[in-house]
This record gives sequence, structure tokens and C-alpha cells, in this order.
Amino acid sequence: MGRVKVNSVSRTFKKEDGLSTGALDNVSLEIQDGEFLCFIGPSGCGKTTLLRIMAGLDSPTSGNLTLDGVAIKGTDPKRGMVFQEYSLFPWRTVIDNIAFGPQMQGIQKKDARRMAEKYLELVGLEQFKNSYPYELSGGMRQRVAIARALANEPKVLLMDEPFGALDAQTRNSLQNELLEIWEKKHVTILFVTHSVDEAVFLADRVVVMTSRPGKIKKIVKVGLPRPRDRTGAEANALRNSMLKLLAEERKG
Amino acid sequence: MKKKLTKSVEQKGLELISILFALTLWQLAADLIVKNKLLLPSFTDALASFLEVIENGVIFTDIWVSLIHFGIGLALALVIGIPIGIIMGWFKTANRILDPLIEIIRPIPPLAWIPFAIVWFGLTHKSAGFVVFLGAVFPIIINTFTGFRSVPRVYVEAARVLGCMRDRDLIRYVALPSALPSIVAGIRISMGIGWMCLVAAEMFGVSKNGLGHKIWWHYYLHQMDAVLVYMLILGLLGLLIDRSFRNYTDKRLLKWRSGEVI
Repeated sequence: MGRVKVNSVSRTFKKEDGLSTGALDNVSLEIQDGEFLCFIGPSGCGKTTLLRIMAGLDSPTSGNLTLDGVAIKGTDPKRGMVFQEYSLFPWRTVIDNIAFGPQMQGIQKKDARRMAEKYLELVGLEQFKNSYPYELSGGMRQRVAIARALANEPKVLLMDEPFGALDAQTRNSLQNELLEIWEKKHVTILFVTHSVDEAVFLADRVVVMTSRPGKIKKIVKVGLPRPRDRTGAEANALRNSMLKLLAEERKG
Repeated sequence: MKKKLTKSVEQKGLELISILFALTLWQLAADLIVKNKLLLPSFTDALASFLEVIENGVIFTDIWVSLIHFGIGLALALVIGIPIGIIMGWFKTANRILDPLIEIIRPIPPLAWIPFAIVWFGLTHKSAGFVVFLGAVFPIIINTFTGFRSVPRVYVEAARVLGCMRDRDLIRYVALPSALPSIVAGIRISMGIGWMCLVAAEMFGVSKNGLGHKIWWHYYLHQMDAVLVYMLILGLLGLLIDRSFRNYTDKRLLKWRSGEVI
């Protein structure tokens, strides 16, 4: 199970000069178990902040969140996260990066490695088992980061623009792979992106946010069957309506 | 074997010529221009003196004693400096408590401690080790501290999300490996400073033996060729220590960094 409930969450940041800026304003949201949800919005709209709050890396100024009815407080291996920047530990080999989570759960290094191999296979990088991160391309690093997050068997996978730094082809193939993994693993995915294309291709529902302080502007249901056609008529129509919503925010 | 030798001569030919040229220049300057063994012993003088100290074995005792002094000081600096640096780098409160104390003691030149070293430890190995320790400990503290302060936030956050939450585990599994390059650099600086302090401490009579002590002793006897030999030994030994340490850390501890431009 991976049902996430966000109840009127607000977050303000205090700056040094005593002024405070609102990052999130009264956001409420309910995410179903196994759902693929994308967040999209103008930059600085607080979508990353919302994701960090869900991860437990930040806490709301007011409001609360629950996962399967249990309050979210602090980080928890049940909520995995893939970061925008490369976050693999450069001093650990690929396999040891993936084994890190299980190892922290108290599993012996040898067994943790054996578990990690399963996830390495899932992202198709068996031959890089003993490589160090510097030997991998950007796309491979993010694949390993996904495998590392999944090795803890999380109920929710939080992804903060994980493919943002990749070139277009790599990005497309990673999107396909992610959908395959999502179907195989039955995990709830919350995915922040700035690309409308990506959101339309991946998500069950897309949460469009307003500019700062971030509120939910609209939740768009993407009812298209998978595998989706990136340039199909329905996809284009959805994309246009979302781009229009975002354009409104930029003007305002 | 022969092939290997010719190959290395081919590869290092220019370097070899450079050294030979410098030695010739030295010899000529000493024999033809200075003509005074006290002011400038020639290369052959130094070589003769070198063979002598090797033959009577005195040099090995001196090297051994100096390495003991150096080892005591450096080991102590590592055992004390690294934990202090870690605590200061990780816990803000500890930093506020320790930083003023360290900043007051640090600017005191290690050699200024020699009187106290003698009063506290006498003319012993410990005494010389103590002076080496004072020279070596601060670069280790500061580099460990800096390394811990510059651990990229994303590594700590990634570790926390993966279930590594206690300070102890975050330090052990994330901060320490991430800070290791900086700590290693600090140790190298420490070894350099420690080596200098060692010679000075031995010269000022903190010990009754050792390379630094012998330099002063031969100076009193006006045996400048022997002084020169000990100087060169100190230089070569320092180089050897630094190289082997660097070799070890690059191969074992910092293998994962090979992709970075250092």
C-alpha cells in the first residue's frame, strides 16, 4: 500500500532579513496506492519543497501528511527518493551504492549485495556492478539511483526532476524503463518535472501548480492507455491545455 | 633486466642529464671557485663522508631514532586530530566550544614549546615526538574539519532517505568517506611540517640522537661534508615518506576519485 494524503500543507521560509517567503500555500491532495502522479509548475513554485516534505527532509509550517494513515515525520526507507543532481556515493561501487539501503536496515553486507543484484538487473546494468559512479554516464547514474531507491522496497518513490539533466534520447528511454519498473513493482510514484511532455507521457494525473506561493491550480487526469503515443492527437490536446495553464501563471 | 634499464634510461633521459649536470656544476664550483671545504664541500667530499657513516652504521641509528620521533608525533596527531576535526565539523556546538581554544594555541610555533617539552618529558623520544605532534596536529584538525563541512548536502540527504539516520552512521558511512580526500591532504601537509619540527627539535637538544641532532653535532665539529650528507638524507627520506603515503592513498583509499581532476 502507498496511499499519500496531504492535508492543507503550507511552508514558509524565513530569510535572514526577517522577511518570509511562502513556498507552499494550503496544498491538499490525495494520492492513490500505485498511482503515477506528476507535479508541474513554474520554477520556484514549491514543487520540490512539497516533494522534500513528503520525503521527510523538510517539514511543513502548517498542515500534515500521512502515508497509509500514518503521519509522515522525518525520513523513512518506506519513502524512497531520486534526486535531480547526481546523488550516488562516489566512493562506493555501483553494487555497494544499491546495497546501501538494505545495509542500513541492518542486513549483512553480503546479503545486501545479493539483494542489490536483483535491482541492478532491473535497470539493466549488471556489467557495471563493480564500477565507480565516475565511470558511468548521466543516464546510467540515474538508473543506479533508481535501483538504489527501490532496493529498500519503498511504498512511495519520490522523484525530483530525475531526468532533467539528461539528453532527449536518454530521457525518453529512461521514461519507458521507469514505466516498466513501475508496472512491475507496483509502487506509488510522485514525480516532479518541468517538462509537460514528460508529464503527459508518464502520469495518471498531473498536478499543475501556481507560481509562488505554490497552490494547486488544477489536477489534470491523463486518461490515455499505455504504451502512449508521444505525439498522438489526445496527447497533443492535453499538452496544449497544460501549456496554456502554465502560460497563465507566467503572466500573473 | 637490461632491456628494462635501457627503457627507463630512454624515458628518464632528460631528468638524468639534469641531475648529472647539476652535480658536475656543484663539483666544479667547489673545486675551482670556492676552494674551501667549510663553505662548500664538493660532491666527492659528501660522497666520501656518506660512505663513512654508512660503513660505521651510525646513520642507521640516526634514521631509526628520527623515525621513532616522527612516528610518535604523527600517530598522536592522527589519533587526536581526526576525532577533534570530525566532532568540530559535524556538531556546531562542539565547533563553538573548541574553535577558540584551538585558534589560540595554533599560532604558537611548535618550536616555542621545546622548553616545556624538555621540562615535561626530559631528553627522551617522547619529548621530540611531542614537538612533532604540535606541528602535525593542526593541519589534520583543520583539513578534517573542512572536509566534513564540505560534504555535499545531497549525499547526506540521500543517505537519510535510504534509512541512515543516526549521526554515528552518517559520519561513518557518508561524511568520513566524502571528507577523506581532504583528510589525506591534511595528513600530507602534517607530515611535511612534522618533518621540519623534528629536525628543529632534535637540533635544540630535545633528543640525544637523530638526524637533526647529528647535523648540529657535525656543525660543531666543522664537518660540513657530514652536515650536507645529513641534509640530503633528510630530504630524500622526506620525499620517500610522502611518495609512499601518496601511492598508498591513491591506490587504496582514493581509487574512486580517479575520474576527477585533482
